[in-house]
Amino acid sequence: MTAGAPAEHHTDETPDRSGRGFSLRTRVFDPADLRRAVTRVAHEIVERNHGGAEVVLVGLYTRGVALARRLAAAIESFEGIDVPVGALDVAFYRDDIGLRPIAPGGPTEVPDVRDKVVVIVDDVLFTGRTVRAALDALLELGRPRAVQLAVLVDRGHRELPMRADYVGKNLPTKRTEDVRVCLHEVDGGDDCVELWGPPS
Amino acid sequence: MIARPEREPLQHLRSVDDLGGRGGIEEMLDLTDKMVEIQRREIPKVPALRGKTVVSLFYEDSTRTRLSFETAAKRMSADTMTFTVGTSSVNKGESLLDTVQTIEAMGVDAIVVRHGAAGAAHRVASWARASVVNGGDGRHEHPTQALLDTYTLRRHRGPSLDGCRVAIVGDVRNSRVARSDVKAFTALGCTVTLVGPPTLMPERLDGWPVTVSYDLDDVLADVDVVYLLRIQRERIDQALFPTLREYAARWGLTAERAARMKPDTFVMHPGPMNRGVEIAAEVADSARSLVTEQVANGVAVRMAVLWALLGSGGSVV
Repeated sequence: MTAGAPAEHHTDETPDRSGRGFSLRTRVFDPADLRRAVTRVAHEIVERNHGGAEVVLVGLYTRGVALARRLAAAIESFEGIDVPVGALDVAFYRDDIGLRPIAPGGPTEVPDVRDKVVVIVDDVLFTGRTVRAALDALLELGRPRAVQLAVLVDRGHRELPMRADYVGKNLPTKRTEDVRVCLHEVDGGDDCVELWGPPS
Repeated sequence: MIARPEREPLQHLRSVDDLGGRGGIEEMLDLTDKMVEIQRREIPKVPALRGKTVVSLFYEDSTRTRLSFETAAKRMSADTMTFTVGTSSVNKGESLLDTVQTIEAMGVDAIVVRHGAAGAAHRVASWARASVVNGGDGRHEHPTQALLDTYTLRRHRGPSLDGCRVAIVGDVRNSRVARSDVKAFTALGCTVTLVGPPTLMPERLDGWPVTVSYDLDDVLADVDVVYLLRIQRERIDQALFPTLREYAARWGLTAERAARMKPDTFVMHPGPMNRGVEIAAEVADSARSLVTEQVANGVAVRMAVLWALLGSGGSVV
């Protein structure tokens, strides 16, 4: 899928609303806010894991991969360690195959996760179904010692018993609203998190 | 990742034409890249097509195509059933229509059909609710072979095949592989020359975007790929060429001819090979031969096709 068109700024499980007629409700993060949130989460990951020597960051396509790389860069800058980063495509593990169009992201490239602490990284946590698929996909690649979850935005409305260990921003939303995350390396333009809503 | 459907979903793969030209073919090859990655895993299997059933309905002999489709289906977690004519009610006189209706009644999602009659896949698709994949119909088409051929070549010459010069050599007249390959290679920007004895060229080439040569030595030094077709031994009886030995001498890729190709020219063959006829054994086993890789990529290509038909919901192709 091509990046850039606002309609394709899909987030976890957002139904395929074209975005037409949606209007901006709240600018949640500007570029500086987003940078600070990533930096804080990076610190929390290192703190929780006693330095992070065993940590592997695994991003979910597409924006989760970009966020995982940013977290790794942040950890490198203040901790001086090189945290391995992987990219995971969960398309073939989803539970809504056949119910909606699904296009695989990029190739799955995950470093050795055996006996490591894997931090799954995604942009938005919504129903939790993507994370469920990610756990299945991940566990077939090896048996990590532990799996944690880091998200930039937790927007609520879980349909499965999932909880994030690291959250950039808890954002109360309505189900009909749309959380749009823009990352410059994926979408071009400025970093942002925005809440969009349907015509009222 | 959730995408909007940008075109009509792919419902059948009866012909290369069903892919809708260059963009559709390239999307399928991109998808194949992902399947190759799955095949490299320790557990080379994903749950994507759980609960789907894929039937192979083969009225003609085949080893690699049938096994490759069944392996592909299993790697995607679909269930597979095999229907081979030798052990079926076809021997009791059951018609193709009745057989298809019987299979459909069991509840299947895809039918891979190989049949000696051109158009059989289109016919089955007109009867069936399931998706139909053409595994070869008479002299007509063999679209998954064309996909794996273009995929294999793209791995070596890609990402773009624009301007790549391909010679397809041999029994073009009777070859469904040639028909599908001409469509796929030219759609991706290759120029294709058909080479072989006049008796093995199609009666008419109207509308084929190709040039024709009757002399392999004329084109050998100028092409990037020599694609050899299998010489079907039964053709000798039809007096289309005198002897296998004469065929090998004039149109076979001998070691001596291979030495006159550019150093980076590749050799391809859809298999099964007649060593010593259309291809010399030492050429088939040389580093420039992509034959084994073609077979290996066949599974990944078919995984991609099954996903596009049964799983993607129309977002791919």
